[in-house]
Amino acid sequence: MGTMPEGMTAAARAVDVWKVYGTGEAQVVALRGVNVELERGRFTAIMGPSGSGKSTLMHCLAGLDAVTRGEVYIGETRLAGLGDARLTQLRREQVGFIFQQFNLLPTLSAEENIALPMAIAGRKPNREWLDAVIDTLGLRDRLRHRPSQLSGGQQQRVACARALVSRPDVVFADEPTGNLDSRSGAEVLAFLRNSAREYGQTIVLVTHDPNAASYADRVVFLADGHVVAELRDPTAETVLDTMKRLDAMVLG
Amino acid sequence: MLRATFSSMLQRKLRLTLSGLAVVLGVMFVAGAFVLTDTLGRSFDGLFTTVYSKTDVEVTAKSKIAASEASHDEVPTPLPASAVQTVDDVPGVAVAHGIAMADGARVIGADGKIVNSAGPPRFGTNWLGDQPLRDGHGPQADNQVAMNAALAETAGLKVGDSVGILTLQPKRMFTLVGIFGYDGGKDSLGGAQVVAFTEPVAQELMLGERSVYSSIDVRADDGVSADTLKGRIASKLGDGYVVKTGAEAAAERSAGPKEFLSFFNKILLGFAGVALFVGIFLIVNTFSIIVAQRTRELALLRAVGASRRQMVGSVLLEALVIGALASLVGLGAGIGVGALLAAVFSQVGGGDLALAGIGVPLSAVIGSLAVGILVTLIAAAIPALRAARIPPVAALTEAATPDRPLTRVTVAGGAVFAAGAMLLGIGLTGVGDATLWTILGGVLISFIGVALLTPVIARPVVGAVGRLFAWSVPGKLGRLNSGRNPRRTAITAAALMVGIALITGITTVLSSTTASLTKLVNEQVQADLIISGEQSGPRPPTFDPAVLDRAAALPGVDAVAGASFDQALVDGKRQSVAGVNDLAAVKRIASLRATAGTVDELSAGQVVLDKDLAAKAGVTLGQRITTQFSRGAPHTLTVTGIYEKSEMVNGWLVSAVDAADFGIPQPVQGYLKVADGASVADVRTQVTALLADSPEVTVGDRSEFVKQQTSQFDTVLAMIQILLALAILIAVLGIVNTLALSVLERTRELGLLRAIGLRRAQTMRMVTVEAVVISVFGALLGVTVGAGLGTAVVRALKSEGITQLALPWTQMGTYLVLAAFVGVLAAVLPAIRAARVNVLTAIAYE
Ligand SMILES: Nc1ncnc2c1ncn2[C@@H]1O[C@H](COP(=O)(O)OP(=O)(O)OP(=O)(O)O)[C@@H](O)[C@H]1O
Ligand SMILES: [Mg+2]
Repeated sequence: MGTMPEGMTAAARAVDVWKVYGTGEAQVVALRGVNVELERGRFTAIMGPSGSGKSTLMHCLAGLDAVTRGEVYIGETRLAGLGDARLTQLRREQVGFIFQQFNLLPTLSAEENIALPMAIAGRKPNREWLDAVIDTLGLRDRLRHRPSQLSGGQQQRVACARALVSRPDVVFADEPTGNLDSRSGAEVLAFLRNSAREYGQTIVLVTHDPNAASYADRVVFLADGHVVAELRDPTAETVLDTMKRLDAMVLG
Repeated sequence: MLRATFSSMLQRKLRLTLSGLAVVLGVMFVAGAFVLTDTLGRSFDGLFTTVYSKTDVEVTAKSKIAASEASHDEVPTPLPASAVQTVDDVPGVAVAHGIAMADGARVIGADGKIVNSAGPPRFGTNWLGDQPLRDGHGPQADNQVAMNAALAETAGLKVGDSVGILTLQPKRMFTLVGIFGYDGGKDSLGGAQVVAFTEPVAQELMLGERSVYSSIDVRADDGVSADTLKGRIASKLGDGYVVKTGAEAAAERSAGPKEFLSFFNKILLGFAGVALFVGIFLIVNTFSIIVAQRTRELALLRAVGASRRQMVGSVLLEALVIGALASLVGLGAGIGVGALLAAVFSQVGGGDLALAGIGVPLSAVIGSLAVGILVTLIAAAIPALRAARIPPVAALTEAATPDRPLTRVTVAGGAVFAAGAMLLGIGLTGVGDATLWTILGGVLISFIGVALLTPVIARPVVGAVGRLFAWSVPGKLGRLNSGRNPRRTAITAAALMVGIALITGITTVLSSTTASLTKLVNEQVQADLIISGEQSGPRPPTFDPAVLDRAAALPGVDAVAGASFDQALVDGKRQSVAGVNDLAAVKRIASLRATAGTVDELSAGQVVLDKDLAAKAGVTLGQRITTQFSRGAPHTLTVTGIYEKSEMVNGWLVSAVDAADFGIPQPVQGYLKVADGASVADVRTQVTALLADSPEVTVGDRSEFVKQQTSQFDTVLAMIQILLALAILIAVLGIVNTLALSVLERTRELGLLRAIGLRRAQTMRMVTVEAVVISVFGALLGVTVGAGLGTAVVRALKSEGITQLALPWTQMGTYLVLAAFVGVLAAVLPAIRAARVNVLTAIAYE
């Protein structure tokens, strides 16, 4: 536990990552030397109270934001020093995203939204894989619809399909169920878990909902910019317990 | 409320500046026109006051051929030498000079070409010795001339040179013996060319007969006022003379150039009109966008108790401030433009018109401000009313109010368009008086109608246009974006439509005219070669009549027909008449057919006319008709033939003998038919040699003739291309405005796209495609509407001889390509902005 099985590289990792916003009076240190490895084929949740640096860490790991100090790797690629063009290409080819909302282009149909990253890259999606994803998510009869004609849960499932269809090295999801009711949320989370279990898709979920975190294989706890705890094969109860313990530590 | 308005205005500086610019441009032209007219008008007054500074009274003969409805110029009539003596004998006259001066002395420069004046007259006169000589002396022998310094300089001539001059007579050679200037060291008076001959030569060459004068220049004895003297002279001379004081004559003369000025003034005001009209679209769009963006803010104001009136007021106040600011800037720019144009004008043709101080009449200030503010307010009225309709509950609902259906605006557009088309139809078919205004109004209202219809057309057409760019993902996204807000896209495109429709319409008329002329010449003129020149001033180019006889005598030439033209009093009515050297040749070349009498020959004292005219004037074969040509005594002519009218030959035709009394007694055109089997090229070479002394004309084939006759179309085109450039400039501002807004509104989408891997270059391409689709859509509309307008005008002008409809496909294609470039250009800044969108800020959803 805690170390990686032999011969396996991390899908992404952060090595002593610091992130500082602003200068002087307004300075905020969002990450303070974070070390984390995201195992390939696993579903990892990043948890922590609001303002603990979850989103910041995710942005840094996904190549959306530059770190102040430390190193970030996606696969074997070191992100430091890559220009915008290379980072964009990297995101396009190796990373998938699911945001909390506004995931889809309103002008495109569900199907076109799903295929968008591949289309931008000028690649054809693998038809079988595409069909499998669409069927698993139950989107078959919604493909021609525009985002405005879909429910919130359906929209998030389309976003999931889009993130997965190019088979990226890692999918980052920042509170993907934050705006959904519990049933729709559960569907999306179950799908993410299955993607990891059945297809070996690496997934990173940022959340502050213990229940959501319980779908993951592993939970990394952040507080105040530090990794403060880690949990394997969590349940909602163990996550909640850990959170309470951490709260007590902070208070105490 | 006021504070709220101003603070929100500051946040939209850029957008308001863009729409303000359209007003600035429009107002600039209005103010420029006023300033130019005022400044040059006073400069001309000053010029002619100088010219007449030594003249107390001027005497001319009453014109025998007065101005008519068709022609506003009266034909000057010379006065006899005896009148000078009569005037000189009037008590109080210190000295009375007979002046023999007329326009039309064309000097051949050192390079063998006619020295053009591009506007100002080219006088030939008798030498009175009252101008300061710079070099040499006044003309003393009949083969000597003097000329003003500016003319000598442009012609490249110096004292001692021999110089060829064309006058009423063909080229004559003289020796330049003197160069003179004017008081105050001027080289010319307002750019006029002046050649001074000895008196008999001036009378013969400029007035057509010896011992006549064009006017008498009178100076009064000390102590005798000009008005007193005017009265005395007038009563002494009696009827048949016009007597004016020097001041009156100066004012009258300066009216001529002022009329030309007012023409230019109208062009500037036309530019202003187009700029402001297109600007309205831009302003409507800007304010609609502002209102849409502020929906929640405005609704909140309503919810806390602001009245509808206050809502309208707040938007209109904003428009008022923009309109006033833009008008002020435009006024300033207009004063600059007017001053600049005045300076350019004063230097035209090497002339040095002394500019009076730049004048900014009060009317310019008031007019400019009023126009600018009014246009802005009118344009902002619709968005203002829309703002008033926002319900307070909109403050609580999430999304902006959904786009209302287009049915109402479409129905309104159809009605407006129909009204405009009807007005246009009425104007074109020419019932009623204010035809030009009816046409302009019709065009304007049609444009508004089309603009209202545009949103409905936008969806399908934009989709179709966009498909051209759908080969890449960014292209497809751009195309979809351009179809997202049909109203906004439509208004933006409509602004571009106006300019392109205008130029396409005018080009259609011009190309149809050329096509009609080509067809006419090809079908009705059996001439292989045509002698003619390019007309650049009020006086047509002419050539030596002897060339016609010599050409007819050339081996290989079958027939030669030449024509000269005049304004004459026929049976007391002012008419155009033509003089022909050989009616038989005209008959063969233009397939003339007699319906009564004969058209086989025309000798002195005979006249033929076309059937329609004969019927209208009640003229019959054998009738004797008294005709007063521009010069000489009346002729009594006998009608010997009546012929079938054609576009080429119509009206009164007289013989070359009678045509000697024409105001310009030399042929303007010559048509040559080459004998079967003879070489056209050989004949052409020989005729070219014959024309060596007639540098105003050349000989060419029919297509060259058509080209020459339509050469002034290029000037018209150049003029309207400036107009187009202006309209496009404003339309570009509109596109930039719309795109900048799109980018702003879609920041989140742009962030998402960048996050999932859209490259910067692809982002820019996406925005560019959106711009290109909008602008090509506008150009398509413009080309279509313009072709429709042009076709309507061409159809209406059918009776005027424009029988062919020729759509200018090449130009229309060019405008479309141009529009695509315009789109790319307009997209530059918004695209850069889109590419710079920060992914993290864009996807942050707090
Ligand atoms: N662009 C920024 N500029 C300045 N400070 C920032 C910026 N983004 C984040 N921060 C700060 O960094 C810290 C971490 O923010 P982050 O968004 O990563 O928290 P989080 O764990 O995702 O919180 P939440 O659960 O509320 O989303 C916070 O104190 C936040 O205020
Ligand atoms: Mg967060």
